[in-house]
Amino acid sequence: MKEKLIVIGNGMSGLRTIEDLFDIQKDKYDITIFGEEPHLNYNRIMLSYLLSGEKTFEDTIINHQTWYDEHNITLHKGDKVIKINKEDKKVISESGKELPYDKLLIATGSNSFIPHTIGSDLENVIGFRTKLDSDTILDLISKDKTAVVVGGGLLGLEAAYGIAMHGIKTILVHRSGSIMSQQLDRTGGRLLQKNLESYGIEFKLNTTIEKIEGKSKVERVTFTDGQTVESNIVVFATGIVPNTALAKEAGLDTKKGILVNDHLQTSDKNIFAIGECAEHKGNTYGLVAPLYEQAKFCAKKLAEKDSNGYTGSTLSTRLKISGVDLFSAGDYLGDETTEELILLDEKVGVYKKLVIYQDKIIGIVLYGDTADASWYLKLLKEHTDISDLRTKILFGKSALSGDTGHGGDDISAMADDEEICGCNGVTKGCVTKAIKEQDLKTLGDVKQCTKAGASCGSCLGVVEQILVNTLGDEYNDTVEGICDCCDVGHKVIKECIDTNDFDNVYDVFKKLEWKTDDGCIKCRPAINYYLLVKYNDVKYKNDKRSALINDRVFANIQKDGTYSVVPRIWGGLTSPQELKDMADIAVKYDVPTVKFTGGQRLDMLGVKKEQLEPMWKDLNDAGFVSGQAYAKGLRTVKTCVGNQWCRFGTQDSMQMGVDIEKMTWGSWTPHKFKIAVSGCPRNCAEATIKDIGVIAVDSGWEIHIAGNGGIKVRVTDFFTKVETDEELFHYIKAIMQFYREDAYYLERTAHWVERVGLEYVKDALLKDKANLDACAKRFDISQESAQVDPWEQSRKDGFTKEFSPIVIAPENSESFEAKERV
Amino acid sequence: MASWTKIIEVEHIPSMGSRVVHYGEIEIAIFKTRDGSIFAINNECPHKQGKLSEGLVHGTNVTCPMHNWDIDLKNGEALGSDSGCTNIYKSKIENHTVFITL
Repeated sequence: MKEKLIVIGNGMSGLRTIEDLFDIQKDKYDITIFGEEPHLNYNRIMLSYLLSGEKTFEDTIINHQTWYDEHNITLHKGDKVIKINKEDKKVISESGKELPYDKLLIATGSNSFIPHTIGSDLENVIGFRTKLDSDTILDLISKDKTAVVVGGGLLGLEAAYGIAMHGIKTILVHRSGSIMSQQLDRTGGRLLQKNLESYGIEFKLNTTIEKIEGKSKVERVTFTDGQTVESNIVVFATGIVPNTALAKEAGLDTKKGILVNDHLQTSDKNIFAIGECAEHKGNTYGLVAPLYEQAKFCAKKLAEKDSNGYTGSTLSTRLKISGVDLFSAGDYLGDETTEELILLDEKVGVYKKLVIYQDKIIGIVLYGDTADASWYLKLLKEHTDISDLRTKILFGKSALSGDTGHGGDDISAMADDEEICGCNGVTKGCVTKAIKEQDLKTLGDVKQCTKAGASCGSCLGVVEQILVNTLGDEYNDTVEGICDCCDVGHKVIKECIDTNDFDNVYDVFKKLEWKTDDGCIKCRPAINYYLLVKYNDVKYKNDKRSALINDRVFANIQKDGTYSVVPRIWGGLTSPQELKDMADIAVKYDVPTVKFTGGQRLDMLGVKKEQLEPMWKDLNDAGFVSGQAYAKGLRTVKTCVGNQWCRFGTQDSMQMGVDIEKMTWGSWTPHKFKIAVSGCPRNCAEATIKDIGVIAVDSGWEIHIAGNGGIKVRVTDFFTKVETDEELFHYIKAIMQFYREDAYYLERTAHWVERVGLEYVKDALLKDKANLDACAKRFDISQESAQVDPWEQSRKDGFTKEFSPIVIAPENSESFEAKERV
Repeated sequence: MASWTKIIEVEHIPSMGSRVVHYGEIEIAIFKTRDGSIFAINNECPHKQGKLSEGLVHGTNVTCPMHNWDIDLKNGEALGSDSGCTNIYKSKIENHTVFITL
């Protein structure tokens, strides 16, 4: 027998909770929803577009009747719940329905707050919260009368804009000296005001309404500055009051809102409250993003799944007025303990302010250019140390030297037909359209629906910006699962693996409640990697079935299904005899293409899978091991000729390259890993675009990290300078080990350093000598089991047997008449 | 009436892995899933003919090693938002031996 779940409120938070619940568990409850309004579930955020006429009501509907029908949800529209009897677990509605529940979800939202003023009880003094309010406003406004809007917050501005768009004279009065004082500082407010004045809105600041006059309806409004205008409508947008009456009367604990714990439970554990009517840790929220976050945790609890619980939300906001780019988040005002970074260009209409506390962003105001909103928000949420970015951060992500991210493009300036996802040929317009029409809220939604970002993922930053630009505070950036199999991110997975003991990837899946038994191409290799790093291939053996093809068969798969074979050539240094051996082998197996790689190794391309085993054997016999050119691990150490031959060389880079490669080979890392050693600052080995770049100077070696020669080139960051070879080895080991342990699977050093900050890596290794030594030591230990030639090993343990095809000649095959059908 | 062709003893097909069968001009991939079930499928992804035999097996699906398309081993259909289909062959295990219909 299913349990009964009743939802009071047919709005965005209640419905979102039900949708999230269905994602986890479909059949636990019989669901009944009561909605006070006579409509289906609609998007309240779009009310301003409804008012301005830029959207129809149909556009704002989130769930159509078919959705309710498909999920067997009983919806009572236009029927208000008037009583909760928590002793008998029943609710009673205005129409007289009396229904029992096992679980009750209160999602009653909030009401407009209309302050008591002379005449505020007249007809046509209204709030701006519902479709009815919007309809009433549209009915009343007329060219002959001035419309008055009270409140210069988000809602007030959107209401005033919506009215002014119909060519109506609109006066907006605001009690304080600057508009949107809840979200913007004065400078931002002033710029925004200037922009809105161009739409015909007249602002009266430091002013409020003295009195409203009329027989029964509004006829005249007098302001505190003495001015009186003929008006027939006053819209109050001066705040909202959580709708707690029902809960209060039922005896639930309330303050500003209905008090809830981290699982959105009220003082009665069978009754939940969510959204604007709920109060969590002293906070009530009037924006959409927090309620979406709450919904996730509420749904988990309703499904009786464990979760850490809701911890509160960082508020960010965006004004829903066409043509106005504005974004703010966090503590945008700051105080005497904080610093501000400000960029202001009044002529162009651009204002950016970051509030900094202890080298971390805690508040953001962006006006006129919100292209980097998602990036700043990420830095804020992840508490990234920005000391290294400081001088350039206001100019945006693209201004960072050697940016590997893809966030530098100005999204608003991008044309709709511009392609953003090269892998799947998806344009910006296509993404924006899908977000709007299909009500997409997360990166995952967009990936699934449009395929943008679903392949190589290098455009995800751009996709995220489009989401932020299109949705503003509706954008749901709660941490997503690393793939569709789970709801957890890399961080949680790593913590779980660190603190528990696991025998295999499937145990990890079980512990973290994976939705699939076997995981997928994204999660299984990641978990396999994390387990390998923890147990060093001793207690846990590399699970080949959880490795991607190249790491499973120790060769690079090519487009036609053949492989390329790359033997290790230490430091790029070889000999006539080695070259001869390789040439003989290439001739013997009729290798169609032989090429030097960018990492100074020889690549033999076009080898059939069944040729791999004998070819590897021949190479092993000639003294070669795998070059691991396929590996998420140390690939090459590139060198120049250094002081052995070069007239400029200051150190022996060739020998150093060989030594480093002999020390680091075999090590698996989160992504491919490349090192280069240059014998002098002329840097002929191109060390400054490698994961670790070593450059010889007169007095020793410079160590550079996190370079990348990929899609977007990133030049390394200088890490430190050492005097002796021993120090150099020690640092390289420690840096590699720290990256191995700290980065997420498939995160290159460049992305890792940009995510965590260079200072974080420096603090961990340069300032903390004990940690440096410990990391280097752990690297040594891991290498004991990693420096095994995978070619020789897989030949000897019989793994290569499966490489050969089963050949069945049609004429000789044993055929049997089918005895049964399968 | 379909005819069954003997392929190989089931133990020679690695769990969560595959073996490739050449039958004349035809190339078939035979998979063994974690529960020991056997599936036979034409060794070509419907997208760009990637060799499905080299893909990662999960559940009764395989992910093509070329561009990560997920293919349902039960019916050869591409999963998710991709569309396309590749031929499958009926298979069975009898006396520890794999047979498929060709």
